[in-house]
Amino acid sequence: MLAFWRIIAASFRQYSTYRVATVAGVFTNSVFGLIRASILLAAVSTAGGELRGYDALQAATYVWLGQALLAPVEAFGTREVAERVHQGDVAIDLLRPLGFLRLQYAQKLGRSAFLLLARGIPPMLVGAALTGISLPTDPVAWLLGLLAILLAVTVAFLADMLVNLAAFWIVQTRGLTVVYTAVMNLLSGFLIPIAWFPDRLIALTRATPFPAMVQTPIDVLSARVSTAEALPEIGVQALWAGILALAAWAVLQRGIRSLEVQGG
Amino acid sequence: MAERTPSARRGSTLRMVATLYGSRIRSQASFRTSFLMDLLGQVLIVGTEFLELWVILSQVDVLGGMTLPQVAVVYGLGALAFGIADMLFGEIDGLSTAIRSGTLETLMIRPVPMLLQISSLDLSLRRLGRIAVGIAMTATALAIAGFSPTPQTLALLVIAPLAGAAIMGALFTMAGAMQFWLVDGREFANAFTYGGNYVATNPGAVFPLPLRAFFTFVIPTTLVAYTPTLALLDLPGPSLLPQWTGWLGLPVAVLTWILAALLWRAGVRRYTGAGG
Repeated sequence: MLAFWRIIAASFRQYSTYRVATVAGVFTNSVFGLIRASILLAAVSTAGGELRGYDALQAATYVWLGQALLAPVEAFGTREVAERVHQGDVAIDLLRPLGFLRLQYAQKLGRSAFLLLARGIPPMLVGAALTGISLPTDPVAWLLGLLAILLAVTVAFLADMLVNLAAFWIVQTRGLTVVYTAVMNLLSGFLIPIAWFPDRLIALTRATPFPAMVQTPIDVLSARVSTAEALPEIGVQALWAGILALAAWAVLQRGIRSLEVQGG
Repeated sequence: MAERTPSARRGSTLRMVATLYGSRIRSQASFRTSFLMDLLGQVLIVGTEFLELWVILSQVDVLGGMTLPQVAVVYGLGALAFGIADMLFGEIDGLSTAIRSGTLETLMIRPVPMLLQISSLDLSLRRLGRIAVGIAMTATALAIAGFSPTPQTLALLVIAPLAGAAIMGALFTMAGAMQFWLVDGREFANAFTYGGNYVATNPGAVFPLPLRAFFTFVIPTTLVAYTPTLALLDLPGPSLLPQWTGWLGLPVAVLTWILAALLWRAGVRRYTGAGG
């Protein structure tokens, strides 16, 4: 367990050294936030000031919380594990004393913690200054919000890991990553609130783990759902985390059996 | 050795361009299954991206003064322009990796312009998927939106995607050139390239005036697809972007390429190498 915490801390420190990249990320994140907010606010104002439960302030809050979660959730997917499998480096990871998935998860937690603080909060300040945002005042809502973020990061990590682990069987996983990212961005409620989807698409989306990655933490942190409503939502997140963790573990075991590394 | 005439030199440059791009096309087309998967992936991505606008327009009748078919024209033209630019110059943002590892030297000692080498080496044919969707979407949406062709609008229909691609290509080149200064800051450039594309594929009227001005005068991407669509469909433009600005694509493309070329040259001159 100590090793787990140390890796989290090391991963946090590792990312905190990329200062220029962080500033660049904050800038880009803020520009995209402005573009997205403009589009959604135009839609809300055309609809007469309220669109399916979102007024202008709530739509803006939704956009900026989404921009804050973008980096920690890594909504654009990762390719590192797939590349390590591809190049055979994974053999070394499998020899380490810490389990493969736990090692990756610890690195992800450290990375996400840094990204949330350094790339998540500054764009929210930009948003607060330019469009205004509304955040909860109740400390319980904040606590639940943090828990929802942790679970969102976990669910996104596990799903991303499943995509990466496909590299055990598929030589080129780039296409898969790209398609997964496109679907995830839409169905997670990152691009537009799930409540705006046509009814049939809402039902379909709710049956997938994607809303647990972005929409749930946004709903909890923007107080769109009350504390009592937040708990079952967080329960759904935890359920998906459990299912995906089992799936990732099973896929990894099968992958290891089919793995063949050459070299000496 | 006898001095070669300018026309002979031009001929050999063209042959070289043809050889470089031809070899890349042949190599990428030889892995058929992988190529088809990539192509399909691109089609799916463009579709998903458009779903965002489609979902919004299933809730409201107009967005930025445009109906769904009209927005689809903007999106199709934008996807087409970005697809062409992305195919030719999209991989330029990997330049920071080459700068950091010092592999840029190998490109510098070859007697071929570096930009041409990078463009042909990283030519990604899978972007043909995006281009195909862009063409199909523009054609279908124009028909639904009641496009009445005249010689002028037909000419604009040909010019607009090419000028748009040139503008986006110049933005990619500038983003690449900036990496000679900001090695770790490649994400900074994404705000202008991918952010520019995001703006280009949306009705320009949704953006508040300062943002609209920025993405017209500084990063001219409202002129890529939105204003040409206004001219094609004879729609009134919002303030700052009257309908006639739909014709500005070509001159603006020339201007941005002059800037991009200057910036690129300054960047290459600044490069000092990282290894031996």
